[in-house]
Amino acid sequence: MKILKPAVAGTLESSDCMVTVEPGCGELELDLDSTVIRQYGKQIRRVISETLTRLEVTDARVTVVDKGALDCTIKARVECAVYRSNDIRDALPWGGAIQ
Amino acid sequence: MNPNLKRLRRSMMFLNCQKPALIKDPYIYKPDSIMLDLEDAVAEREKDAARYSLFHALREIDYRGVERVVRINGLDTDLWREDIRCAVAGGCDSVRIPKTETAEDVRRVEAAIAAAEQEFGVEPGRTLIMAALESARGVMNAFEVCQSSPRLFGIALSGGDYTKDLQTTISGTGVELMGARQHMIIAARAAGVQCFDTVYTNLDDMNGFRKDVETIHAMGFDGKSIINPRQIPIVHDVFTPKAKDILFAEKVVREIDTKKAQGIGVFTVDGKMIDIAFYAGAKRTLALARASGVYKGDL
Amino acid sequence: MINAVGREIPDEILRATGKEPFQGNNYKNGVPFRRQGPIIRPNMDNQHSKLVKDIHEALVRCRAHSGMTISFHHHFREGDLIVNMVMEEIHKMGLKNITLAATSLGKAHDPLVPMIEDGTITRIEASGVRGKIGQAISAGKLKGLAIMRSHGGRVRSLMTGETRVDIAFIGAPTSDDYGNLRGIGGKTNCGVLSYSHIDGDQAEYVVAITDCLVPFPNFPAHISMTKVDCVCVVDAIGIPEKIATGAAKPTTDQRKLMMADYCTQVVVNTPYFKDGFSYQTGVGGASIASTIYLTKIMEERGIKMGFGVGGLTKPMCDLLDRGMVRVLMDTQAFDLDAVSNVINPAHHRITAGAYANPFNKGAFVNRLDYVILASLEVDVHFNCNVVVGSDGVITGAQGGHPDTAQGAKCTIVICPLLQGRIPAICSNVTTVTTPGESVDVVVTDYGVAVNPNRHDLLEALQKADCVPLVTIEELRDTAYAIVGEPEPVEFDDRIVGIIEARDGTIMDVVRKVKTFD
Repeated sequence: MKILKPAVAGTLESSDCMVTVEPGCGELELDLDSTVIRQYGKQIRRVISETLTRLEVTDARVTVVDKGALDCTIKARVECAVYRSNDIRDALPWGGAIQ
Repeated sequence: MNPNLKRLRRSMMFLNCQKPALIKDPYIYKPDSIMLDLEDAVAEREKDAARYSLFHALREIDYRGVERVVRINGLDTDLWREDIRCAVAGGCDSVRIPKTETAEDVRRVEAAIAAAEQEFGVEPGRTLIMAALESARGVMNAFEVCQSSPRLFGIALSGGDYTKDLQTTISGTGVELMGARQHMIIAARAAGVQCFDTVYTNLDDMNGFRKDVETIHAMGFDGKSIINPRQIPIVHDVFTPKAKDILFAEKVVREIDTKKAQGIGVFTVDGKMIDIAFYAGAKRTLALARASGVYKGDL
Repeated sequence: MINAVGREIPDEILRATGKEPFQGNNYKNGVPFRRQGPIIRPNMDNQHSKLVKDIHEALVRCRAHSGMTISFHHHFREGDLIVNMVMEEIHKMGLKNITLAATSLGKAHDPLVPMIEDGTITRIEASGVRGKIGQAISAGKLKGLAIMRSHGGRVRSLMTGETRVDIAFIGAPTSDDYGNLRGIGGKTNCGVLSYSHIDGDQAEYVVAITDCLVPFPNFPAHISMTKVDCVCVVDAIGIPEKIATGAAKPTTDQRKLMMADYCTQVVVNTPYFKDGFSYQTGVGGASIASTIYLTKIMEERGIKMGFGVGGLTKPMCDLLDRGMVRVLMDTQAFDLDAVSNVINPAHHRITAGAYANPFNKGAFVNRLDYVILASLEVDVHFNCNVVVGSDGVITGAQGGHPDTAQGAKCTIVICPLLQGRIPAICSNVTTVTTPGESVDVVVTDYGVAVNPNRHDLLEALQKADCVPLVTIEELRDTAYAIVGEPEPVEFDDRIVGIIEARDGTIMDVVRKVKTFD
């Protein structure tokens, strides 16, 4: 999927994360800030990049500010931001590209 | 028949799907059901976000046997069909329909669920339904709603909207809910489904809450919608059979079993006249006691 | 060398400090030592005035110099103004290489960070450090070592002469012009002066700082004029409202209430719960709720508490007012209710030494039946960490944790399984502050684990069938299944601090954290 316009999902509440996607300059760029970066930094990066791969996002600037979210929340916020950037809200591929 | 139709549902706790901190481990409070809300608790512009959270929560969080009900958006919105696709694909146990007014409402949802079960390869008939009645018309149609679908396990009163429709407000005395409660429990029992009471929103008045639970318990309700985990122990306490009731139920079951063999129809237990009509009730008390963890016997 | 809690204590640290690695709780039991005394300058001049016009004059009179060790108490907790006030003056005088031997340091002392950076403060000895000073130490900004020791361990360290205090500054709610000090009667009351008692005994100079000068004699004195060199009157010594940091209102968080309920059930279903039992609890929401639940059961069963001890809060004082506890032994007031309750004749002040010093002939903690504690982390060996965050940064204080945990017959640690994404029950704590041999029961929102060494407690709780019993390994596994197993935090080789055991041996070391990119 292309990132058509900047979009945001999530909050800065505890156990949540805020994901911003913006059109990229030809590649994936990930900026991660997390309260648990020392213990879970690698894991969070992996979840974000796996989620983006499933969504076939290859060209984007992704900014994630994490407040200790579980993997399921990180995925949900990344997906939400990506679909919002495409104005897609219905007929989503549950269990397909979203899983 | 889906065995979950009759499961224990004393406490059904609403949780806002949009709040990760709320949905990550509500099972520690041991509610019988959680109701993951896509409707009123979720702000209009976060309706889409709540679905992704719901889907991954259903797929990835081990709710340890707690029933996972999803409250979808109303049938008057353009949200509910996608809500159902998401919930069914995630593998929810049940769908709660808000603002139900007719049997036809339930059947529309049933059709959408069946389609989603097929689309996502979910076992047909796995996903159950409960219907919330939130208007005078809905309450008047309670009996037809109760009979609308083999997937429907029960009906729930939603007091906020209902009292608005009656042109009154929640008083705390329960007087404004009396008619609906009485009507709904009768309809539910007549149709053989469960019946659940509305939320109690004043968290500062735990004594008022307990009284409210005692009232609906005495009326025959199966459980109550709740909004805070603090309410769970009170509901369970009220619904858990007391030691003397368990003892009495045990005696009744034993006596009926033996007297029946001897061909005696009416006799007394602890000075009370007992006949076969008491059998089902005593069995239910013991089953509830067992489910509540206070009875380890085998009757 | 690997110590008794399995921690590697590098030889260079043993050499540099002259300390031994921790060898178990009772290693020094009965081992004789000579108590050290301070140098004292007698005052026989009946014309001599102890009043000084400001902190500067006090410092001059007490021969303040570079390289000295100074001490403070933390009875004003986050409302303390004294440490910053004195350090500012020392900084102005250009003194360097100061050892700051406070009983504890908090966020109130964030302004000291630049003085750590410029070499004014080069060593810190404290129960622990919260806020920006902790971050500065973990970032390697302190030139020397930070030594974290328990309240009891600190008294030991002053008694043995391991810590020699040149000047003790004692913030006193009231003082007369001859240095009789009380924790009450002024405008900034803290109730007791327990932590400073040993400083009065062992420091070479003692400076009283007060914002309420009262007529001589200020009696009965909590710290006597016989130990005080100077009295300095300032505008304000503390902010009373900040003594109670949060936790004033009983919690309504069901998670905490659940843990409080489990904790209460553990207490009432173990053999020490009988008339005359002794009890200490903390300031957290669950601890306070647990005390309230416990009261109800005590009333139902007609059981009264013999004594309550430690840092005290309103619910403990309520017990006293209602005749549910015979006496309270107070080392610290955690809220203003506890401060004002000291007027009750059964509410006694005790020194930190009487409370918890392992090197006297018996402290109150040794007579505890139950202590209820919290912890940042607990590992599968029951070791607790209350000083270093899971991210490796110093963020807490030992307080009386190791003292009471060793002393009490039943030590209960309340700890939610997860703090956000961080598992509090883990394979190995980041830093050991309290050894697992001291910890008997761990209460979490996911169940209660009993130390396998305590068959007796486990049996009692199994029989009572009152709480969901699990093993500590099950708790750890549950936590990791939910949040994933954390990667070990990466540390630099440099050691920035040591966690001292009660007896002065080394429990663990704290290393500089690596910057994460």
